[in-house]
Amino acid sequence: MKVGIIGIGIAGFRTTTPELSWKELTYEAAAKAYQDAGVDPRKDVKAFVTCAEDYWEGFGIFDEFTPDQIGGALRPVCTVCGDGIHGLATGFMQIQTGLVDVVAVEAHSKISDLLTYEGVVQHALDPIWNKPLRGHPFYVAGLEMNAFLRASGNTEKHCAAVVEKNRNNALRNGIAAYGANVDLNDILTSEKAFDPLKKLEISGLADGAVVLVLASDVAAKKLKRKPVWIKGVGWANDSPSLETREWERAKYAELAAQMAYRIAKVKNPAREIDFAEVDDRFSYKELQHLESLGLAKKGQAGKMTANGDTALDGKFPVNASGGSLGCGDVVEASGLHRVAEVALQLRGDAGKRQLDGVKVGIAQSWRGIPTTSGAVAIMGVNQ
Amino acid sequence: MGQTPQKWPGIELSNDDLLNKKVTQTRYHPRAKFSWSAGEAMSRFLNELKEGRLIGRECKHCNKILFPPRMFCEQCFKPTSKWVYIKDTGTIQTYSISYLDKDAKRITNPIYVGVVSIDGASEKMGIMHYFGEVTKDTIHIGMKVKAKWKPPLERTGSILDIEYFRPLKEGEQ
Ligand SMILES: [Zn+2]
Repeated sequence: MKVGIIGIGIAGFRTTTPELSWKELTYEAAAKAYQDAGVDPRKDVKAFVTCAEDYWEGFGIFDEFTPDQIGGALRPVCTVCGDGIHGLATGFMQIQTGLVDVVAVEAHSKISDLLTYEGVVQHALDPIWNKPLRGHPFYVAGLEMNAFLRASGNTEKHCAAVVEKNRNNALRNGIAAYGANVDLNDILTSEKAFDPLKKLEISGLADGAVVLVLASDVAAKKLKRKPVWIKGVGWANDSPSLETREWERAKYAELAAQMAYRIAKVKNPAREIDFAEVDDRFSYKELQHLESLGLAKKGQAGKMTANGDTALDGKFPVNASGGSLGCGDVVEASGLHRVAEVALQLRGDAGKRQLDGVKVGIAQSWRGIPTTSGAVAIMGVNQ
Repeated sequence: MGQTPQKWPGIELSNDDLLNKKVTQTRYHPRAKFSWSAGEAMSRFLNELKEGRLIGRECKHCNKILFPPRMFCEQCFKPTSKWVYIKDTGTIQTYSISYLDKDAKRITNPIYVGVVSIDGASEKMGIMHYFGEVTKDTIHIGMKVKAKWKPPLERTGSILDIEYFRPLKEGEQ
């Protein structure tokens, strides 16, 4: 059974949203998605999926707080403790089983409610091996960047080019919280944070909510919608501990992509896919992810970026949305935002950053420090 | 199921052994502090509490008064339409008498706790709170009650601006 995206709703993104509760923010995204899909959530949507992590929210057993703001009260609802693409995969599978024909998938960030972001990330480290070392947990990104650059041959200048591109792309995106006309020099001379990682190479946090409506081919036809088709999904993790993982490559992204490519019957990703939205929470991550997804040859992602190949008018545009660097890190909503961007581009609804003639796109997510959780979705205009 | 053993094998650890670090251990206190935005509906609700008033939101599509107030209706998923003051009296929907405190210690003066559906709000709309001026023999489901407010200067915009709900006296509104 084919599954497509028939509704897209995004609320935010902003560095803080003091006037709205997270429920009110999510309601805004949900109402937009149902309007876009032309569905009544109380009748037409048969199941609801929320992606959330208790520690980001500050509620224990967050599951109980999920139904009303997405129209899911007294209906089949479940919560995925993962990124939005994990939730997308859940909705995709629910429809493929034939159990339901229309599913809403929601992910949000009200990260401005959390006063101790570093404290929560540090709490995610192993209690015996890593926690006693204390310190800011983002030094894990410094470790990885160092190993990745050395092994791949990509350079700090290449990483800075990623930031320059994404934050400038974000200036064309109405939802972006961190659009800026920064240049290479601004980034390379920004203060050292976790050497070789510099301050401007770290995504800022943002609040926002994303809701997508998925439908089976039959339901989409009945609702008279032209879907963006989900051709494949995949997800994977690397080895759990800092001491046993591969620092030089994003193994989780490789494995997630293999799964998605198999389902989507993609043999040569670099040739068959037209553009990508990949996780760029830290500058080097975009390069590492492009190579892991097979969209750039090993060690070539930096040169592609410096040459302008991944720019809006390049051969293979990457993070036209502005990515996390430009739009803001919206925690568990990051992956769903990228799926939404790919769908908007494929529909021709991406406004000032619209790419020409794109037919197949890929979205990839990573759950951030210290995880090795990755997920991938491939979308296309044709079944 | 076998019998519960009277004596466990091995060496029992005491609290002192842990406090005096006679046992290898790692201690860690997560730093997780939050400051939730109450949002449009809850902010108004909390500010009204300071004035000694309860406020709800009307959903004109469902012909309902939602309490606590919400900016959207969970039943029809439309935005709610307007603010409506409701009374500070209501009916006990359910209650329990708690003989244990929050640390599970036995207490002699039990805590009366329950859900009150508020007069003027739609059915099954109300607030969970304490009950006072009741005994285990007088409290009952269906009892009419009224809010006992703290003095105005002591109110902070919290549901604890109501001390408890007490029995409604005869002739009282
Ligand atoms: Zn309603």
